[in-house]
Amino acid sequence: MTSKSAPAKGSGVPMVKAEGVHKSFGAAHILKGIDLEVAPQEVFCLIGPSGSGKSTFLRCINHLEKINAGRLSVDGELVGYREQNGKLYELRDREVAARRRDIGMVFQRFNLFPHMTAVENIMEAPVQVKGESKASARERAGKLLDRVGLKDKAGNYPSQLSGGQQQRVAIARALAMEPKLMLFDEPTSALDPELVGDVLDVMKDLAADGMTMVVVTHEMGFAREVGDSLVFMDDGVVVESGHPRDVLGNPQHDRTKSFLSKVL
Amino acid sequence: MSVDVEKSDRSPAGTPSPPEPIKAIPVRHYGRWVAALVVLGVIAALVRAFASGNVNWGAIPEYLFNADILKGLRNTLLITVLSMVIGVVLGVILAVMRQSKNWVTSSVSWFYIWFFRGTPVYVQLFLWFNLGLVFQYIDIMPIYKDEWSDFMTPFLCALLGLGLNEAAYMAEICRAGLNAVDEGQTEAAHALGMSHAKTLRRIVVPQAMRVIVPPTGNEVINMLKTSSLVIAVQYYDLLQAAQNVGRDSGVVVEMLILAAAWYLIATTVLSIGQYYLERYYARGASRQLPPTPLQRAKAKLAGLNRAGGTA
Repeated sequence: MTSKSAPAKGSGVPMVKAEGVHKSFGAAHILKGIDLEVAPQEVFCLIGPSGSGKSTFLRCINHLEKINAGRLSVDGELVGYREQNGKLYELRDREVAARRRDIGMVFQRFNLFPHMTAVENIMEAPVQVKGESKASARERAGKLLDRVGLKDKAGNYPSQLSGGQQQRVAIARALAMEPKLMLFDEPTSALDPELVGDVLDVMKDLAADGMTMVVVTHEMGFAREVGDSLVFMDDGVVVESGHPRDVLGNPQHDRTKSFLSKVL
Repeated sequence: MSVDVEKSDRSPAGTPSPPEPIKAIPVRHYGRWVAALVVLGVIAALVRAFASGNVNWGAIPEYLFNADILKGLRNTLLITVLSMVIGVVLGVILAVMRQSKNWVTSSVSWFYIWFFRGTPVYVQLFLWFNLGLVFQYIDIMPIYKDEWSDFMTPFLCALLGLGLNEAAYMAEICRAGLNAVDEGQTEAAHALGMSHAKTLRRIVVPQAMRVIVPPTGNEVINMLKTSSLVIAVQYYDLLQAAQNVGRDSGVVVEMLILAAAWYLIATTVLSIGQYYLERYYARGASRQLPPTPLQRAKAKLAGLNRAGGTA
């Protein structure tokens, strides 16, 4: 793992690149032209009021939602489409699934598989998707559990774990696929306040290891401390972006100022 | 609770003695006593009426393992199991078809359920029996050709009649089960790169089973009893056997009671099986599964032994 001190910004293709991304659900226009770039090994924070479209944008990145207009690419490859001779071809379900293997996602509501133990949750995708042997997947799952501080909870079912523990298992589950990009959708919003710290610690550790992360969050402290870039979204557009220290410390737009005055 | 009390009893000498339990005269529930007496009285009167009635009770144990009765029982169990297999397999297919984005398959499934759920199974059995009026021959070109009436045996009539009817109900049970699984589960599986089929098989179906198994157990028990309708297509089931034996031996009512006893035994065995199946699919759903009756009995016995040993 490379150290965080020298992020490879500017070199090579951006990990995520959005150009004029639009998304509507029926008559509701959620994303109204999003342009942004996430560099490899960058921790990229998305903040904004609820309904601003930040979670929707995150879900577009691994094609859980289809965009209506614009271009969105991950690591140089279009999301959901293949471009040939200037024409776009929709990807088959199988191809979409293959692209998703490299993108880990952590949900607000954990979404662990309740009928499997912690270690089985983590083994599931490597065994079923990558065809890894059960023995090797189990060994790696054990190491991942150790990494998120839950070595002794391997045999517990999700219902036997606290929210914070479940979320850490969910992070380990995503990491088991060895993704090049991790998406976090308000990972601490459903947690009791005293459990937030453990989850944020795991994420900081991940950032320090050089993982590229896109984080939708309300944790301004985390964004300030760990984030490399920060985007403030409101009403489906990017209002302001820059280094977290600048945006959070010295907001330029009235909408950013009014939002921050409410949450800080 | 009892464990805590034991612990405090064993606390080392020197610590203050445990607090004295409250001694109070409990509330007397006279109403409960009256109700119990009334119910017991009614039961006693019923038992007396049946015992002194004109029923030859001795005939029941005599014919319990009669060869014809056992053959009927075997056929009843066979038709129940096979009809349920057809029902479950076809039901799952229909449920998936119903969810399909292809409107042809989803409307065919809708129509199937509409028809088979909307007509009495007794009528359906008669229709299968008389389908020879429509198809005179069955002709599966290279392999099989026969007259319909020879092909459509009572067994096949009963199997298709019950199985196809059951599929309509199972389809609705399966659809409810699949819909009961949180959408976040599918999203999480997709986000991990799992295909639709794998997500369904590994993630959604095992969780849907928790919702599907209990009503399916009911369906099995229902099927066992409904299978007595196959008398309509002259299939030799338990009820048919009981009636034949009863007619031949002049113990008609006795054989009906015997048939009822066999149905009860079979449904009891099935209920036990259902209990353990439900437990299996409930894993992870609750923090701690309650002990099975067997485990509870064992624990009780162990407790008694311990108490006996110390006394």
